[in-house]
Amino acid sequence: MTRPIYRFHGGVHPEEHKQVSTQFPIRQTPIPQRIFVPLRQHIGEPARACVAVGDYVRKGQIIAKADGYISVAAHAPTSGTVTAITLHPVPHPSGLSDPCIQIAPDGLDVWTERIAVDYRNTNISTLRNHLRDMGIAGLGGAAFPTFIKLNPGATQSVKTLLLNGGECEPWISCDDMTMRERAAEVLQGAAIMRCMLHAETVLVGIEDNKPEAVAAMQEATRQCEFPVEIIVVPTLYPSGGAKQMIKLVTGREVPSGGRSTDIGVATFNIGTAYAVHRAINHGEPLISRVVTITGNVGRPQNFDALIGTPVKELLALAGDGPDPVTGYLMGGPMMGIELAQADVPVVKATNCILVKSDRLFPPPPRALPCIRCTRCADACPAELQPQELYWHSRSKNFDKAQDYQLFDCIECGCCSYVCPSHIPLVQYYRYAKSEISAKEKEQQAADHARIRHESRLMRIEREQRERAEKLAKKAAVKTDAVPDDPGSVAKKAAIQAAIDRAKMQQADNATNSTPTE
Amino acid sequence: MLSSPYISEQSSVSVIMLKVMLALVPGIAAYVWYFGPAILVSLGVASIAALVFEAAAASMRGWPVGPVLLDGSALVTAWLLALSIPPIAPWWLTVVGIFFAIIVAKHLYGGLGNNIFNPAMVGYAVLIISFPVQMTHWPAPLALAGHHLNLLEAAQYIFGNHLPDGEKIDAISSATPLDTLRTQLHLHRSVADIEQMPIFGYFAGKGSETVALMFLLGGVYLWLTRIITWHIPLALLAALALIAGIFHLVDPQRYAGAWFHLVAGGTILGAFFIATDPISGATTPRGKLIFGAAIGLLIFLIREFGGYPDGVAFAVLLMNIAVPLIDAYTQPPVYGHKEVKK
Repeated sequence: MTRPIYRFHGGVHPEEHKQVSTQFPIRQTPIPQRIFVPLRQHIGEPARACVAVGDYVRKGQIIAKADGYISVAAHAPTSGTVTAITLHPVPHPSGLSDPCIQIAPDGLDVWTERIAVDYRNTNISTLRNHLRDMGIAGLGGAAFPTFIKLNPGATQSVKTLLLNGGECEPWISCDDMTMRERAAEVLQGAAIMRCMLHAETVLVGIEDNKPEAVAAMQEATRQCEFPVEIIVVPTLYPSGGAKQMIKLVTGREVPSGGRSTDIGVATFNIGTAYAVHRAINHGEPLISRVVTITGNVGRPQNFDALIGTPVKELLALAGDGPDPVTGYLMGGPMMGIELAQADVPVVKATNCILVKSDRLFPPPPRALPCIRCTRCADACPAELQPQELYWHSRSKNFDKAQDYQLFDCIECGCCSYVCPSHIPLVQYYRYAKSEISAKEKEQQAADHARIRHESRLMRIEREQRERAEKLAKKAAVKTDAVPDDPGSVAKKAAIQAAIDRAKMQQADNATNSTPTE
Repeated sequence: MLSSPYISEQSSVSVIMLKVMLALVPGIAAYVWYFGPAILVSLGVASIAALVFEAAAASMRGWPVGPVLLDGSALVTAWLLALSIPPIAPWWLTVVGIFFAIIVAKHLYGGLGNNIFNPAMVGYAVLIISFPVQMTHWPAPLALAGHHLNLLEAAQYIFGNHLPDGEKIDAISSATPLDTLRTQLHLHRSVADIEQMPIFGYFAGKGSETVALMFLLGGVYLWLTRIITWHIPLALLAALALIAGIFHLVDPQRYAGAWFHLVAGGTILGAFFIATDPISGATTPRGKLIFGAAIGLLIFLIREFGGYPDGVAFAVLLMNIAVPLIDAYTQPPVYGHKEVKK
């Protein structure tokens, strides 16, 4: 009955710090003062705003529609008035602003009409469109539109639905708390996904450092009408990475450059399953999510926060920490991004806000040269040779870096974490990747320009040739047609006659008009 | 702004180097016990010379001297070289060896992390080629000499070539077991016969076999603390034992057995401390096996058919050349590249 666990290569075990934010249940947050809903919260094309400044919107009302295939809608998290549709800082490593719909809540929290869908008797395509319009995107961090992943396509069959309850980053506990408190709803979401994918097996992978979540989920499986296997996997970062979780529970590896569906597995974060359940069974779009507020704060806790809530309002709820704040991370310390400011809104991908202090996150020591100790290679879950990637990235030998499969790097940070020389390895890989992408784009642009130039030259040449041919043809027609074309003979005679007439007239004019001059 | 990850493990190059030096301590203690405290003097000379050369190189290159000295790599090189050459060798011999190790092999190639060759072994190679006579004056084990020079006497001899009154260099020095075996084999004596000589102990040399055992202990410590992996030492020792064993089986009169080769000379020190130098060694698991095994084979070939007393240094240096090739051809498969795409 027990399924074997297949270890993935490498991994690290940083200090967890999870218990600090699991002391209290998930807390409902009050309606914030102002709300900023970014149009771009998911991977793909940003949504297109479909409300105007001054419009009154109800809670759950669609305010931006999916634009293009890889896109999902956005909704009003509460009732109120649209006050602006303008640029506002968003959680992005660049610290740049992006278009946001700004709403001034009226505090009444009036819902729009919510329509539950009977998924068992609804066509799958309709369900998928519904999920897109409900704004469902992956809540694990990547925020990939969920409805796309629920379309395995005609040729691929997804036999296994894998719910990823692996939350391997230190400090974060939002998935843990969601499973503890909302296990039954998570499985109801799984039921919908299972039905849409025609999956045969439903697995839930959870690390062994979350015994309460495991117990809650196991309890929920007893009430479940289809078989669900809860698989407890060893706690080892990055076990929550989709590729690593798939390896752990199935023993198979997602092919490089492919998707998990290539090996018949569809993977979803457990929070996404919960959101799918709310969307289908309750008609509630994705307007809130569980966010861990932890680190250097007064009372670390998980919050059920409205999308668009300014991070600083959540931080105010958690209170000030004991130490001076040195920065904010969105996500965990291994893969999170540094926020330039706390003014940014909570988005669908915001799983955690980690407040930094020098005590919790001391600045890294001076980097020393690489001594090729290969601890990074031992820790790399992608089974790369980070020391070689570093060497080639650093020397801008990008072709070589690609030979060493740079693009299979998942940027999990294990290599940097274990490096005794404290080299920021992942930064080198990001740099190399972006340089290579930029070069490829440049190359594409150059190729495009070259093709255009060549086809222009060809066109000019062709036109010249055609013109020349036309002229040649014309000339040929002229010389050939004269002797035997009766029409042209008549024409010629007529022309000749006209010329003679003109000459005669000229002669007349010359004799008659001269005296008058 | 720094990007993720924002945390790191409590480890550093200095700690690694410190652990390597710690792992050498039992062997050094046994060395002192069996061969006298002269080794402490030569370790001191080597350490000071290494730090001076390292500091000079760093300041000439405009690097901060403090952190460079603190990484500990120069000291490890110094200790490994000092343990590879006769401890009663004159001080300048050690300094010349360290100069070639630190300045030529390390800094002229780019400094820590960039040296193609093992610095200590480059130093050793220069000395064995340039000063063969000084390199053969090894102290005799206590069991043979009956006494050894104390620390002060050793220092006087090393710095001033001055021996206490009535002391003769021949009384306190002797050839190594490897040397003895080589010279006696030239006199057409059989291996079994030669091994009856007083310099030989249970497996190899009296005293030196215990020192080797202590180095083995240190090596196991390095493996347990995951500073080295088992690949290189095990492959090296296995390959050496295998080829030595085969030759011994074929002609036991002419070739010493596997045990002798494993324990004699610099085999253990080389297998666990020198061949495992990560900078100049192979890095992939399969590459490490090839690298280690090839060194083991070369050690045997150089000892048996070459002209030098030991083969560890040249075997390591020869294989250092092959490292880029070995690494390139032994890349382990990457996640997602193992299953054949359907």
